[in-house]
Amino acid sequence: MIAPVDVTEAGGADGRVISAGAHEARVPGDGFAGADGAGGSALTRAEVEDFLYLEARLADECDYDGWEALWTDDAIYWVPAGRADADPQTSVSVIYDNRRRIATRLSQLRTGKRHAQAPPSSMRRLISNVEILGAHDGDTEVGANFLLLESRARGLQLWGGRATYRLRRVDGALRLAYKKVVLVNLNEPLPTMGFLI
Amino acid sequence: MTEPRSALAIETPGPLAAAPAAAPEAPEAPEAPGRRDYAALIRPHQVHGSLYTSPEIFAEELARIWYTTWVFVGHESEVAYPNDYVRKKLGPQDVIMTRDRDGQVHLLLNRCAHRGNQVCEDERGNSGSFRCPYHGWTYRNTGELLGYPFNRGYGGKGTLERRLALGRVPRVDSCQGFVFGSFAAGGPTLAEHLGDAAGELDRLARLAPEGKVELTAGWLKHRTRANWKLLAENETDGYHPQFVHGSIFSVTDSPIGALYSDKSAAVTRDLGGGHSENDLRPEFRRAGEPMRWFGTTAERVPEYVAAMHAAYGADAEQIMIEGGPHVMIFPNLFVAEIQVFNIQPVSAAECVQYVTAVQLKGGAELNRRMISQSIGSVGPAGMLLADDTEMYERNQAGVAALRPEWLDVSRGAAHEATDDRGHPVGGATDEVGMRGFWRHYRALMEA
Repeated sequence: MIAPVDVTEAGGADGRVISAGAHEARVPGDGFAGADGAGGSALTRAEVEDFLYLEARLADECDYDGWEALWTDDAIYWVPAGRADADPQTSVSVIYDNRRRIATRLSQLRTGKRHAQAPPSSMRRLISNVEILGAHDGDTEVGANFLLLESRARGLQLWGGRATYRLRRVDGALRLAYKKVVLVNLNEPLPTMGFLI
Repeated sequence: MTEPRSALAIETPGPLAAAPAAAPEAPEAPEAPGRRDYAALIRPHQVHGSLYTSPEIFAEELARIWYTTWVFVGHESEVAYPNDYVRKKLGPQDVIMTRDRDGQVHLLLNRCAHRGNQVCEDERGNSGSFRCPYHGWTYRNTGELLGYPFNRGYGGKGTLERRLALGRVPRVDSCQGFVFGSFAAGGPTLAEHLGDAAGELDRLARLAPEGKVELTAGWLKHRTRANWKLLAENETDGYHPQFVHGSIFSVTDSPIGALYSDKSAAVTRDLGGGHSENDLRPEFRRAGEPMRWFGTTAERVPEYVAAMHAAYGADAEQIMIEGGPHVMIFPNLFVAEIQVFNIQPVSAAECVQYVTAVQLKGGAELNRRMISQSIGSVGPAGMLLADDTEMYERNQAGVAALRPEWLDVSRGAAHEATDDRGHPVGGATDEVGMRGFWRHYRALMEA
């Protein structure tokens, strides 16, 4: 049973149409060198990797406050379904959250009554094949592969794919403006994914 | 369960073969010689746990339900143009839904008549024919065999065409573009199967300014380790929302929970034929606010409201007050106001929920919101459906326990009433729909 809960309008304000850059990661070399995309102060590989590892650990450990604090106000958190290049405005996605909906998702998790995560999954993920792809509207775009082991009562589940991140330096600290997770099996039936991917 | 002994085991009987370990006792259905006695498993207010766990019962369901009755497969808008095709499931069967060059929709089985290979690998596309990758046999998108390489081996062209073709689902029909297939050559028509549930699909289409629904937003595929009937029963269970969905209702200040309470004027209706609905219209009529059913107001969707007034005149206001249906159509189509679910079984303990957002022809302003709301609500990470599915899976684990053997479906039975169309109705949280489901299920399984 479901009913049309308007999660778009959570928080009382009218649901705005979420806009996301439709473009995919650019390859290095298209007009700039290195990762000089964050307001003129280039991100080092070490900074980028530290941030990716931090984001991964906060998600693994269900540190909802810590994970939420990573996001910028204009954030997009996207897990496409079917095809990686599907238009999220006209096709359904597994997740397509703006900042407000990220907050709703985390609020639901914090109730402790989000049954799909009560108890929370036990998880560890590996991040690899990190590539600094270049600048995107002032953010630094990064690609990385991941493997995630999720343990629940129903068994051990292996998740894997490639994520595209857009990182931005805000008041001296790195923040996450965009994360798109393309699962290798995005066109197959997926088990419940109640955790933060 | 006795394993057939291998020849080797007969020749060299060892002590282990002579004394097999006792199988763990499972909640077996009461034994009946010959046909299973479904009356012994389905009582008016109780159903037996083995109905959800037994592989033998699942096999019988395939024969008597999934390969007999009308099953929802897809929507005509998924094959909008001549020669479009899309792969679908009908139970565990892999079928290709095609639209031929003359516009007719077909359901073909994805199996070459030669060696049984799959003739269609792509999930969707546009082609007038399918070519088997194994030996190059080709078929028209209506199923006829067109050609086979090196045909002298069969005595030349024009020989095999007379006796070989792709398998076809013999009966295909649609209602408001929803395509159903039946493997039975005869039996009730789709209109007879749907009965008054057809009116709910009509009601959905009337939400569109152009009077048509389209399912063009793609499908989320949610793997569910639970028996399909747990889902079918839950879809119009008005008792669970406040408990299963309390977490999202509480953080979004949703008014939906109140629709499913003791104080709600909404009713649960057994529409016959195993179909059921949560009729929320009494609540929405009481509020009398257009678009409240969608969690918004007329002011926020002015283009849609104007288009509805232009299309339906004086009726538009009432249509927008009453909103969309919440109906479970036996055995596998669930329309939840703004979503369409297609439930397809895999085994006794597994099924897949395919779900998409309703798209209303002429309702672009609403369509974007329907997609956005659906992404938030349903599918593997949905803030509603992930929790429903967690319940389904725990339910499946629970019914494997040996005692108390039975599930209770008695809620509201004592005050069930009959409406002016002769349908049983109960309160918003009553198990009227489940009892109707099981009545029809039993009739099919005993047929």
